[in-house]
Formats: sequence, C-alpha cells, structure tokens
Amino acid sequence: MDTFLAQFLAGLATGGIYASLALALVMIHQATRLVNFAQGELAMFSTYIAWSLVQAGIPYWVAFGLTLLISFAAGIAIDRLLLRPVRGSPALPMVVVFIGLLVILNSVAGWIYTYTVRPFPSPFPSEPLFGQHYISSHDLGAIGVTLAMLAAIYAFFRFTPLGLAMRAAAQNPESARLVGIRVGWMRALGWGLACAIGAAAGMMVAPIVFLDPNMMSGVLLYAFAAALIGGIDDPFGAVFGGFFVGVLENLLGAYVIGQELKLTVALVVIVAVLVVKPSGLFGRTLARRV
Amino acid sequence: MAAGNLPRSRIAPRKWAALTALFAALCVAPFLLSNFSVFQLTLVLAYAIVLLGLNMLTGYNGQISLGHGAFYAIGAYVAAILMDHYGVPYWLTLPAAAAVCLVAGFLFGLPALRLEGPYLALATFALAVALPQLLKHKALQPWTGGVEGITLVKPDAPFGLPLNADRWLYFFSLAVAIGMFFLGRNLLRGRIGRAMVAIRDNPIAAEAMGIDIALYKSLTFGVSAMFTGVGGALGAIAVQFVAPDSFNVFLSIAFLVGVVVGGLATVQGAVYGALFIQFVPNIADRISKAAPWAIYGIMVILFMYLAPGGVASFIHRISERWRRRT
Repeated sequence: MDTFLAQFLAGLATGGIYASLALALVMIHQATRLVNFAQGELAMFSTYIAWSLVQAGIPYWVAFGLTLLISFAAGIAIDRLLLRPVRGSPALPMVVVFIGLLVILNSVAGWIYTYTVRPFPSPFPSEPLFGQHYISSHDLGAIGVTLAMLAAIYAFFRFTPLGLAMRAAAQNPESARLVGIRVGWMRALGWGLACAIGAAAGMMVAPIVFLDPNMMSGVLLYAFAAALIGGIDDPFGAVFGGFFVGVLENLLGAYVIGQELKLTVALVVIVAVLVVKPSGLFGRTLARRV
Repeated sequence: MAAGNLPRSRIAPRKWAALTALFAALCVAPFLLSNFSVFQLTLVLAYAIVLLGLNMLTGYNGQISLGHGAFYAIGAYVAAILMDHYGVPYWLTLPAAAAVCLVAGFLFGLPALRLEGPYLALATFALAVALPQLLKHKALQPWTGGVEGITLVKPDAPFGLPLNADRWLYFFSLAVAIGMFFLGRNLLRGRIGRAMVAIRDNPIAAEAMGIDIALYKSLTFGVSAMFTGVGGALGAIAVQFVAPDSFNVFLSIAFLVGVVVGGLATVQGAVYGALFIQFVPNIADRISKAAPWAIYGIMVILFMYLAPGGVASFIHRISERWRRRT
C-alpha cells in the first residue's frame, strides 16, 4: 500500500507538469484552432533562459519571474512576426511552420548550450515536507505551481475584462471584431500566455528529467495526450487529463508492464479512450449544421 | 475534379513530351553520377512512393497522419525479415510488404474513423512513437534482431546486365515507382479518387450521394499504408539495414513536411516533397555545421511563406503565367 501511494503521488507530480504543458496547448488551440507542435521546445528554450539567469547569480524566484516575462514577450513576438504572414492559410501549412519552429529551437539550443545534460536547481527543499515520506517536496511543489497557475488562469479569464475579450475573440472572431476587440492582439496574448505557462512547466520538469535540448519530447507527447483526453478546448479537462495521464503512466509502469513498454501502453490506453469518446472526456460534441 | 462525367482523362501531347524527356533524363542520370548520388536518388524514389501514399490520405482524403513512419517501418521490416530469415528474393518482398501494410493500414483505419483533425493526428502520432519500442521488444527479437536490427545484402543486377548494384537498384526502384505512380494517378483520377475528395470537402453531401464514407475512409487508409509500405521495403533494400531507431517520430514528421512542401492533393507534389526531404537536410548541413537543423527549419518556414500551396502549386502558377504570355 505504501509503495502504491508513493507511485500514485509521483504520478500526480509528473501529471502536474503534463497538465501545465497541456494547458499551454489548450490556450493556443482556443485562440487559433491549431495544435502547437513547438510548445515543448519553447518550454525547453525558456528553461535554458532560466538556467542562464540562475548561473548569472540571480536568485531562483527572481529568475523564475523574469523567465515568465521573457517567455511571454517571446510568445507575442512569435505570433506577431512569424505567424501573422501565414495567417489565413489552411491548417497544414501552419502545422508545418510549427514543425519548422520546433527544429529551429531545438537546434539553436543545442548550438548555444551544447547537448550536454545539465542539472537544474529546484527551489524546494531536498527533504520531504511535513515529515511524511510519500512525496518529495519538489513533486509537491510542482503540483502546487500547477494548481496555482490554473487558479490564476481561471481568475484571469473569468473576472477580468481582458480575459473576457480574449474568450470572445476565440469564440467568435468576427463579432468580437465588430464590438471593437483587437482580435489579432488577443491571439498574440494567447501565445504569450501559452509560452509563459510552458516556461513554468519546463522549469518544474527540468530538475526531474535534467536539462538538455531534447528533454521535452516525451513530455510534449504526454501533454498532447492529456489535452486531447480532456477535450482540447477545456482548460480544466486538460489539467485533469494531465494528472490522469501522469498517474496512469506511473502505475502501469510500476505494476503492469514494466518500464519498457510504458509509453506504448499509455498511448494505447489514450487511443482507446479517444475511440470510445472521440471529443475527449469533457469536450462537447458539436452538432454540425447540414 | 469537376462534376459530372469527365471524359477519360488523357495526357496532353505537350505533357507527353515533358514526361518522355524526364524519363530519358532519369535513365541517363545514374551513369553520370557517383554511386552515392545514385543511392540518394534511389531513396528519393522510395520517399516519392511514400509521399504519394500519404498525400492520398492527407491531401485527397483530408485525414492528417503523423504516423506514416510506422507503416514505412512495417514495410521495411517485412522486406528485411523475409530476405534475412526466409531467403525470399528482394523483388518478391515488395508485394508482401504491400499486402501486410494494406491490412495493417485498413485495420488501423477502422478505429481512426471516429477521430477527426488533431485527434486523428494524435492517434497516428502515438503509433509512430510506439512502434520503435515494440520493435525492440524481447518477444519479437528472434525476427527483428532487437536494437541491433537486421543487415541486408545489396542485390546484384540479374541476367548479367552490365550495371553495378547501386545502379541496378536505382532502375529497379524507378520501375516500381513508375508503376506505383501509374496506379496512384489512375486511382485518384477515377471514381474512387473523386469520392475521396468529396469526403474531404463535404462528408454529408458525399454520403447523400451514396458514398460509403466508412468504407472509403478506411480503404484510403489501407491503400495509403500500402504505398508507404512499398516505399519502406525499397528503402530498406537500398539502405541495407533496418533498426528500430531509424524509424522514429521525426521520420513521420519529415513525411508530413514533405507532403505539404511538395503540394497537397497533387500527384507530382510527391516527387518535389521527396527531393525536399532527401536533399534539403544535406544542403542545410553544408550551410551551417553548427546548427544544420536550424537552417532546415528556416527553409521549411520560408517555403511555407513563399509557396503555401507547396512546390506543385508554385510551379503551376508560374507555368500558367508563362503560357498566357506566349
């Protein structure tokens, strides 16, 4: 029972990271109807920026905040400079632009920082908190950061005029434009937020998987799965999906099939869920007009 | 793709001339190039077959697949296992790979019927990620050779033809590619192809016109996988080596990039896409040794800026303009 609980909690911790990245995917999907394949690499690059800041002697939490700001600005810049020229072209060319962005970021990170695997500091104490031994304090902290971020995003979209404008722009761009919302900038803001959320996810996962240019490839896949399991337009679904996938992955790995086929089985389960419920667990099935 | 009864499409005389010239060039080329370049061209032919298959699914039928690397791997492994374990001649492995992939694609297409857009992309992506792990699994090791993979012997030219192994394989692949393109073009020009496009453009109207959507979609998946499997088998024979890690997710992504860069829903786009995925990484590597993939990414993005419809539509636009002028 003890090991089960420990496995379960460790699953929740990695799940929290998947959930953050899934949240970032949902943000961009809501704003643009596209799945951002470069999300993982964006997060990786942000994490390297954080690493450089920490190396330069800046205290961790200041570096954390700075990285979020830099990532936010970078997200806006990517949308305004890189994606605006191809706006309005069909979905697949856009997806290919994302793939291009992915390889550029990966390659540039390898060029600047080399492919050496580096440790990344955790802001949380190395002893488990509250005298228990089920969950390390970094894992607990990662869950906390995810939940705090979710609460902040919820409050932003629910209670601020800007959040309302962003929701309007995502739901009905034409009408939103007619009431004076600058839809293009709302989309850019969505990108900025997504990049900031991704940066937080990267900084939380880096102490566990260590820092290298390819660190996010597995994480992105799970985040992708998490977002789809929850229904790709539902932030809460995405967070639930993240925790679900994290726990599933850990328990399957520990009890059912061992580490070798963990990825495969997790993915098979995900595909099975999708086949039973094609729009995700919480996604609404849209009635289509004939 | 106009409505009504099209007359049987014929190739215009001008196009015949162009195709004949191209064919002549393709036949002469291997004698002017080094063995390595001939090998690269053989791979281009294999990729072109793959991209034609993927284009049927993604371009004509509107189903996005990020997992065609898996079918490529299945084709490659079928060829390698048959040659290595059972001593089957290389040319007989192609129909076997085609049959296995047709069935595999059809079966995968059945559950995929319920999925659309990004959800289908995820399901196929999962396939691409999972396959290398499965190929490495102990239970399959006696056949797949595990992580080490299988090494093959390059076939020699038959009937005492005065060709070295590379050149013979090139001509063999050229013949296979021409055959597959002939098949593919006729399939896409005919009733089935128009049904595929109709399903992509308006599934409800297509169903109202009596098209069995489920059957056509899963058949398209099967045929697409079949083309990909043939390409995979050819690729395995040319490379003389299969191993799980050469069929990673990036192969599938490269195929999708190739289809979009070449031109969605065009037959000749497959060739441009194949040239792109074979040669552009090399060019990028020559430009910058430090960050070759960054150059590759920049080129991919530039392509999408300059020719969002792919190379095929770019060439079409230019030739139209030129024709109007003359």
